[in-house]
Amino acid sequence: MTRPVPILLVLIALALPLSLLAGRVWLDFAETPNAAIILGELRLPRSLLALVIGAGLGAAGAAMQGYLRNPLADPGLFGIAPMAALGAVASFWFGYSASAWLLPLFALVGAGAGMALLALIAGRTGGIALFTLAGLMIASLAGTLTSLAISMAPNAFAMSEIVTWLMGALTDRSWREVWIAAPLTAAGIGCLLMTGRGLDALTLGDAAARSMGMRPGIVQAWLIAGVGLTVGSGVAVAGIVGFVGLIVPHLVRPFTDRRPSQLILPSALAGALLVLVADSTVRILPLVTELRLGIALSLIGAPFFLWLLLRMRRGLA
Amino acid sequence: MIALAATQLTIGTRLRGVDAAFAPGRITAICGPNGAGKSTLLAALAGLLPPDSGQVLLSGEDVTTMHPRSRARAIGYLPQDGEVAWDVAVRSLVALGRMPHGDTAAEPVERTIATLDLETLAGRPISKLSGGEKARALLARVLAGEPQWLLADEPFAALDIGHQLTLLRHLRRIADEGVGVVMVLHDLGLAMNHADEVIVLDKGRLAASGSPAEALSAPIIEQVWGVTATWIGEPSGRALVTR
Repeated sequence: MTRPVPILLVLIALALPLSLLAGRVWLDFAETPNAAIILGELRLPRSLLALVIGAGLGAAGAAMQGYLRNPLADPGLFGIAPMAALGAVASFWFGYSASAWLLPLFALVGAGAGMALLALIAGRTGGIALFTLAGLMIASLAGTLTSLAISMAPNAFAMSEIVTWLMGALTDRSWREVWIAAPLTAAGIGCLLMTGRGLDALTLGDAAARSMGMRPGIVQAWLIAGVGLTVGSGVAVAGIVGFVGLIVPHLVRPFTDRRPSQLILPSALAGALLVLVADSTVRILPLVTELRLGIALSLIGAPFFLWLLLRMRRGLA
Repeated sequence: MIALAATQLTIGTRLRGVDAAFAPGRITAICGPNGAGKSTLLAALAGLLPPDSGQVLLSGEDVTTMHPRSRARAIGYLPQDGEVAWDVAVRSLVALGRMPHGDTAAEPVERTIATLDLETLAGRPISKLSGGEKARALLARVLAGEPQWLLADEPFAALDIGHQLTLLRHLRRIADEGVGVVMVLHDLGLAMNHADEVIVLDKGRLAASGSPAEALSAPIIEQVWGVTATWIGEPSGRALVTR
């Protein structure tokens, strides 16, 4: 058990009940009408979904940064999230999004295609440079196709639906989304934990890692499966929620011994906490329409990224 | 006896039919001009580069087809770049060396830390070490895996003369314990004075091998490096004077 894990578990245990009460209407069981229904059918699944998605993104970010030995890596950059989004956009385009299961299914198929492409192009050698370039190209292609779908949307309603969905949110999610995302994310985090020892070895560079018995192809396969399942299922139920995978490992790293293997589980918990708190905050902000979670996290994440770059520049100077 | 040998090793144009044999308990230096294939030979000996033809045998077994973990237990490889991507503490870094054994046994880790005089630095992050301390910590990582072979690519690059001699003392002690030490060296003086055997490569081919005095004789230095030079001084402390 790593040091930050108990602290994060306590923080989640404190934040979860607060998040269940927080919202446009603060739940008061004595006075709020239908409080039990609001809690059981709206707040609880939404909060659990926030925990699930945050956990997946945090763990994927930690593993990705460990694999690429780069603190600026984000799981969204490497093709799988944009491919999942493309899948979801396709379901809107063809008008299937009204069916509750088809939208996440399309997104998962998109994520699966992204994983397969990445494995096909980069998998044979297990090389990191090829993996990065392949991921960036897949992300670029998926982004272009998504833009194409938006520009050629069959009607204005579909276009608006796509654009809104891409912003990422947990509004009006139900137990169905929890049942889709939770098992896939759990399996994904399991895959990411399997990469731990390999990622530790990679701390010393590719050649040293291989000399220590690390098998690059196997580490990469677990990584692709793990990122695909966590990020893919997250996008499938919530749209694009960026920056969690980038920020969280940074916040957690100083509290670990900085080995990548020791960062995955705490990052999952910290990601869960961050998305839970962020989603609760967007619910209680006094705005006319609810701020989209994806936008809120980008508003926090982008300045954080810039601060990180400035700090790295100072370190290099 | 566990022996490491390359036979007719060919890798692209970097190595062309190199034969070399290494003995446990000895320090072998691989020397040669830039681009001679020294690092390629070392990586191939470590099983990291599959040869186009020829093979590297460890106790009769081809290193490229050995199970990666059993190969890692037998051969410790210290690359030249000294990369440590994350700012881990020295003890965590050294403990990574246990990976081939699938354990984090404290005893070999602490013993290696003591052997390389790293006790006072064990809790310190890598970024807070001097170049010489970092080189020792990286060597300790390899030795914590208790390999029978230590293959080091220019372990003295970027080290001052004091740290070079400290590291050399450690390598000699390891060799005396029976570990075969093979290292790429640019400094011919270090090779002459501290290696038991020397292999000289030139343009991917074996140019000379044998005792330092034989393999680094003035005619061979002139032939391989194109430099006219003379060794001066006592047999155990010779210096190369170029003209």
